[in-house]
Amino acid sequence: MSDLFSKFDDLIALREGLLSSGMTDPFNLVMEKVESPTVAICNGKRTILLGTYNYMGMTFDPDVIAAGKQALDEFGSGTTGSRVLNGTYVGHRACEDALKEFYAMDHAMVFSTGYQANLGIISTIAGKDDYIILDIDSHASIYDGCAMGNAQIVPFRHNDIEALEKRLKRVPEGAGKLVVLEGVYSMLGDIAPLKEMIAVSKANGAMVLVDEAHSMGFIGENGRGVAEAQGVIDDVDFIIGTFSKSVGTVGGFCVSNHPKFEILRLVCRPYVFTASLPPSVVATAATSIRKLMHGADKRAHLWENSKRLHAGLRQLGFTLGTDEPQSAIIAVIMPDLEKGAAMWEALLEEGLYVNLARPPATPANMTLLRCSLCAEHTGDQVEEILGMFAAAGRATGCI
Amino acid sequence: MTDREETVAKIHDLIDPFNKKGVDISGGTRFAQDLEWDSLTVMDFVASVEDEFDILISMNRAAEIETVDQLIEAVAQLEGER
Repeated sequence: MSDLFSKFDDLIALREGLLSSGMTDPFNLVMEKVESPTVAICNGKRTILLGTYNYMGMTFDPDVIAAGKQALDEFGSGTTGSRVLNGTYVGHRACEDALKEFYAMDHAMVFSTGYQANLGIISTIAGKDDYIILDIDSHASIYDGCAMGNAQIVPFRHNDIEALEKRLKRVPEGAGKLVVLEGVYSMLGDIAPLKEMIAVSKANGAMVLVDEAHSMGFIGENGRGVAEAQGVIDDVDFIIGTFSKSVGTVGGFCVSNHPKFEILRLVCRPYVFTASLPPSVVATAATSIRKLMHGADKRAHLWENSKRLHAGLRQLGFTLGTDEPQSAIIAVIMPDLEKGAAMWEALLEEGLYVNLARPPATPANMTLLRCSLCAEHTGDQVEEILGMFAAAGRATGCI
Repeated sequence: MTDREETVAKIHDLIDPFNKKGVDISGGTRFAQDLEWDSLTVMDFVASVEDEFDILISMNRAAEIETVDQLIEAVAQLEGER
């Protein structure tokens, strides 16, 4: 019998090699207590959280928590059903209404996760003879949506407008075209030149889908994302988003002005063939989304945090993913996985949690320490974080 | 040079910058096993082939191409369809 697991042997060996040196497993951390959006207890130690995507710090908002508790009491712990059968409660509709208002769009469809939103929308709208042109650094959920459908998949070089345009022009006459972009790319925290890319896409007759998972609530005048900030949101056909970042719970969605959008509720398999979100989750999401509409002050503070951390890390001598802070993600580029893992562990010992990101999730085989800031990080916390980076960087020889 | 010879020569030129191990290239050379290219290298290389010949090689199509000869065949066919 051949062991189906032998294909994982290289990864198992790499992992064992790292852990045998006594290293803490970076992919097996347990949060024992969570005190706030920015502080948790890990291994009995108070730890500042700098890798949670909890950008707007809504997870402990009193109104959000109250809404969730009330829904638990009134509607129970779960729906035990698909959205198209017994799984649509008033809360799901209220959540979709909140999204429509937040984005000022006609239609909103809530999925059980952001991953499923990409999986479902992309695999459903692009059929066999259609072409999906996507940025090569797209998130796994976008690639998986492509793999699940039957369309022709054509990647282009990251953020390269000319590469996109060339490929659009090569698509056979008459074929349907979907261009898939992200507002913020989560690995390096860089943003896309959406204005130019959407113009090129429209000029070549393509529909455009933008994943704004990492920009919602924070970027753009109303927190609608990079497309809003660049003044092109009206030309976007589909925006994909998630509740598991700025909104502070779990779930995913697609908003659109397409007149036939509602038919997707019947034909999109990752929407139909799974249970809907629990009533408490949609209640917390709807409350949070409505509060995010009025989050201008928090947005401003988050930008300050992002700028301060970026400047401070640079001053310490770290290499960063972007020359200027472009989002709430600051990626610190490590020379290799060993150094990256050592630095990650040293930071944890200092009392700081960041994400260790490694190939194949990262572009160009980079090892990254990815920091995501929160609007609830105080100015003092950001200074404390910089002190920890200085100490850990020196201890591991990274700076 | 015939069209095919020209295609072969161009593809060899395009492989060159990605051939970090200096492997001798023949028609039977396999991209993954012999050149040890990972998926990101393959995607970069495919993009350079697309731009050289002004064609699209979808990921679905690229997944079926394992050797240099298979790539030459695919390029000739895609150029013909254009």
